[in-house]
Amino acid sequence: MFGKLSLDSIPYHEPIIMVTAAAIGIVGALVFGLITYYRKWGYLWTEWVTSIDHKKIGVMYFLVALVMLVRGFADAIMMRTQQAIAAGGAEGYLPPHHYDQIFTAHGVIMIFFVAMPMVIGLMNLVVPLQIGARDVAFPFMNNLSFWLFAVGMILVNMSLVIGEFAKTGWLAYAPLSELQYSPDVGVDYWIWALQLSGIGTTLTGINFFVTILKMRTKGMTLFRMPIFTWTALCTNVLIILSFPILTATIALLTLDRYLGMHFFTNDMGGSQMMYVNLIWAWGHPEVYILILPAFGVFSEVIATFTKKRLFGYKTMVWATAAITVLSFIVWLHHFFTMGAGANVNAFFGIMTMIIAIPTGVKIFNWLFTMYRGRIQFTTPVLWTIGFIITFTLGGMTGVMLAVPGANFVLHNSLFVIAHFHNVIIGGVVFGMMAGFTYWFPKAFGFTLSEKWGKRSFWCWLVGFYMAFMPLYALSFFGAMRRMQSYEQTEWQPLMIVAWVGAVIIAAGIACMVIQLIVSIRDRENNRDLTGDPWDGRTLEWSTSSPPPNYNFAYLPKVDSIDSYWEMKQQPGGFKRELATKFEDVHMPKNTAEGPIMSLFALFFGFALIWHIWWLVGLGAIGMFVTFMFRIFNNDTDYHVSAAEVEKTEREYHKRLEMQA
Amino acid sequence: MATDTLKQHDAHAHDGHEHHDAGAMKVFGFWIYLMSDLVIFGTLFATFGVLATATAGGPTSQEIFELPFVLVETFLLLISSFTFGLAVLAQNAGDRGAVLKWLAVTFLLGFGFVSMEVYEFHHLIAEGAGPDRSAFLSAFFTLVGTHGLHVTFGLIWIAIMFFQISKRGLDSVTKPRMLCLSLFWHFLDIVWICVFSFVYLIGAM
Amino acid sequence: MDPSGQIGQGLKSLIITAFGLMLIVVIPVIVMTILFAWKYRGTNLAAKYTPNWEHSNIIEVFVWAIPCVIIFFLAVLTWQTSHSFDPHKPIASEDETMTVDAISLDWKWLFIYPDEGIATINELAIPVDKPVHFRVTSGTVMNSFMIPNLGSQIYAMAGMDNDVYLEGNEIGTFRGRSTHYSGEGFSEMLFDAHVTSDADFQAWVDKVKQSPDTMMFPEDYERVAKPSIANPVEYFSQVSPDFYGDLIKSYKAGHGGTDSHGEHNEARESSMPMSAQAAE
Repeated sequence: MFGKLSLDSIPYHEPIIMVTAAAIGIVGALVFGLITYYRKWGYLWTEWVTSIDHKKIGVMYFLVALVMLVRGFADAIMMRTQQAIAAGGAEGYLPPHHYDQIFTAHGVIMIFFVAMPMVIGLMNLVVPLQIGARDVAFPFMNNLSFWLFAVGMILVNMSLVIGEFAKTGWLAYAPLSELQYSPDVGVDYWIWALQLSGIGTTLTGINFFVTILKMRTKGMTLFRMPIFTWTALCTNVLIILSFPILTATIALLTLDRYLGMHFFTNDMGGSQMMYVNLIWAWGHPEVYILILPAFGVFSEVIATFTKKRLFGYKTMVWATAAITVLSFIVWLHHFFTMGAGANVNAFFGIMTMIIAIPTGVKIFNWLFTMYRGRIQFTTPVLWTIGFIITFTLGGMTGVMLAVPGANFVLHNSLFVIAHFHNVIIGGVVFGMMAGFTYWFPKAFGFTLSEKWGKRSFWCWLVGFYMAFMPLYALSFFGAMRRMQSYEQTEWQPLMIVAWVGAVIIAAGIACMVIQLIVSIRDRENNRDLTGDPWDGRTLEWSTSSPPPNYNFAYLPKVDSIDSYWEMKQQPGGFKRELATKFEDVHMPKNTAEGPIMSLFALFFGFALIWHIWWLVGLGAIGMFVTFMFRIFNNDTDYHVSAAEVEKTEREYHKRLEMQA
Repeated sequence: MATDTLKQHDAHAHDGHEHHDAGAMKVFGFWIYLMSDLVIFGTLFATFGVLATATAGGPTSQEIFELPFVLVETFLLLISSFTFGLAVLAQNAGDRGAVLKWLAVTFLLGFGFVSMEVYEFHHLIAEGAGPDRSAFLSAFFTLVGTHGLHVTFGLIWIAIMFFQISKRGLDSVTKPRMLCLSLFWHFLDIVWICVFSFVYLIGAM
Repeated sequence: MDPSGQIGQGLKSLIITAFGLMLIVVIPVIVMTILFAWKYRGTNLAAKYTPNWEHSNIIEVFVWAIPCVIIFFLAVLTWQTSHSFDPHKPIASEDETMTVDAISLDWKWLFIYPDEGIATINELAIPVDKPVHFRVTSGTVMNSFMIPNLGSQIYAMAGMDNDVYLEGNEIGTFRGRSTHYSGEGFSEMLFDAHVTSDADFQAWVDKVKQSPDTMMFPEDYERVAKPSIANPVEYFSQVSPDFYGDLIKSYKAGHGGTDSHGEHNEARESSMPMSAQAAE
């Protein structure tokens, strides 16, 4: 009846897990109770869960990402604590069984359920506004993408309490992830969480690619697109071309585990080297999927807050495009030590280094945007300057790893860990934090507390250097990654320094939470009535904050890169005048089919993990029937009447006048 | 001039949703989806290429492929692509009856293809040449089976379109869907030609 | 980082060279970032402000040329060192190269000395200044064979014949390990590598030959292949001919030859008792 699932699957004997589960349960019950008490279920359902509004979907992505950041960071600090203790024969407090799950979950969560939703969330919020569109190309699909992603996130969190998570490392290298060596459900949780959320990501990629190419407003040629939109376009190209490789690779592993096939097994002709090649053929573009939008954020932030045009816009675009192409021909640098010949290794090493050229050019362009500017040291600018310095160092260690000779001794060591945290924290996290602070007022109509934002930045920056510089040093003494314990007591002092660094980062995360609470409390004082709190340059700042669900009462027309800035520079300045005549606006309707299909997908995935075959069938049929409802539903869109548009716009102008 | 661009009153800008024709956008989006699907097939082809000789002492491609049988399958699918083309031509002419007729013919041909493939798979498994016998057979069953699964979804889609067109006729909803389906069907045809050439023809030699 | 072998020495100087080359561009970037941020701060109204300046051919040439030149030198260095430090390349030496087979198991290393006809678990001895050809494979999941003080690592993969050439140029005992995560007992998958004088090496070989245990494929192999954590050092005085080749072949065959690999299933699930056994 319940497949492999039984009451024994719940780890009662693990105090850490049980306490965590209890805490989640209490917080969950509290939230549930509050929503019920304030009768907000209906509001949540109609305004958020079923929403096809790209801005709300973007907010939901980011919210999930922030919650998962806390979960992923909890894993991180547990690992650092373990390594600070488990020296010279000491076992620490986490046995391998638990420790191995934690580093796997940390990697999976931070990449798939923190970094990815932050990137996709920002794209959702910003891209349609920047290109002057009213929605995305396929609004229903956008909602479905989000909920499929949410299903993956739910599955990963379920594995905490029901059964266990994979003990294979975040990429589940075969044959360790094969049934023979990992007979438990952990790898199956990994498979289905990634497969379902990955399909959501592919749909997002298609959706935004079409949106950017087909829905730009009048006059916005490709070379007038804001730079964030450009990086989003390149990221979506990477998603469309690389995520199917992940889908196929995970599917092959699934066939091995579920139907006894032999793609990656040790025997019967399977090839583990093929798994490693395939997973990195996706995995390397994936890191550029994350970093390119961060580059876009920095470009927007630096131009806005230096009050200056971005230096070398075209160079930036071509550099981004070059990175997009190159990211597909460097994957082998993740396994120089597999034993390929010298020519192959040298080729991939040199290709990898070539990526440093366009990236270096970008760094110089940001520097020359600052040059002869008027820099306002807001929180996003601090993140940007912190990024330039940190990322340059991370890029340097990356090039060192790309030299095959050096890689033969540095591979699998803490050097690798230090390097990729150097670029992912210094690049992606800093970028997303900058973007979060920068566009938060656009989404909610009030700015975030600068004081707490800056505190968060300094904690993150100092914490990062304290946590990861010791790891670079340790790697030269032979410290490897994924060690649950180690013999050398002389490593312990640096491990403790790294632990202190992690604690400082924890303070940074606490500052972020306080920043949110304080800013929401003081929202009336921080209200942004103009819709343009930073004196911005691109179209998203030309509409109100938060924008009406149709974004623009009239679609704007564009004739330069920083068109909104240009308008403001005209003699007499830019005035938000109320139009004299309004038109109906055609919009898509909210829909329940996305969340319902995803709910069935959750049943489907959970049932496959536990081999509950009747529930697999129910989930599959449920998804199909719901999709048929969507296909045969004629009532998918509506018109916002001219009168209603006028009313909304008049209110906005009344607020503007009151402020003036 | 630029000061009032945000409140453009000219007639063209008045309805943003129509100015990018929704149907055309759907078809474009579907093209992009097909590209991503192509990457999946590309991955499976590469996998097959790597594992084609990894027979682990089991049957080899020369021993199990029966070209005449596969050739009949191939012709069924090729003809079905042609009949789908006729269905699209009938749609362009606005002839609902002819669209339904050619859809039905396409369905039967596609069903014949899938039935033959199921028979082939069943035959191989019964002979002990199932997908768990060797890496080569895993790759073979997965590549050909993934294509077969796509054709099966295509058949379900054809059935739905048949039902929908007979119910609501050819309109702005069904027409773009027909175009997407035709892209899908022709795409599967092209993939099959690659399967036939790289898997069966080369494998049988 | 204190290498005791010529490969390790060479790689150390390579890392330092690459690091130095990149500092040529990294240091100016960091200095410029801080300098520009300070000089063009919003409150410094004395600094020049050019809001519409967005392009300069001279700067563009420099920002492309400098990274290109540095990457060019690094690329030349990469090409040369990829060949000179190719792990598969024999080390030029007057001494004859000796062969040692390193086989990763759950979670220990089995070393076979085919010429001496002996085998050990979790202990390696090699004569000083003698190039050693390590043939590396696995009887389980992927691992990576590395003695950090001697130099390069290489993956150990079941059914694959991989290799790395190393040489110890300093007498001493160094820690070797698997660097590639392989499951529960990975952290303790360590061994001692003794770099000894020729005489000491011979004495060590003789000591191993005293052992009553043998290492025949597949019987003895199946016994030691069972998972164990922190396995103590074991010696085997006899080895079946072409043990290494037989193990690799066992993965290439279809059914039959792989019985010894099927047992991991149950053993992995309850590997704690196994390790307790091994510790007895």
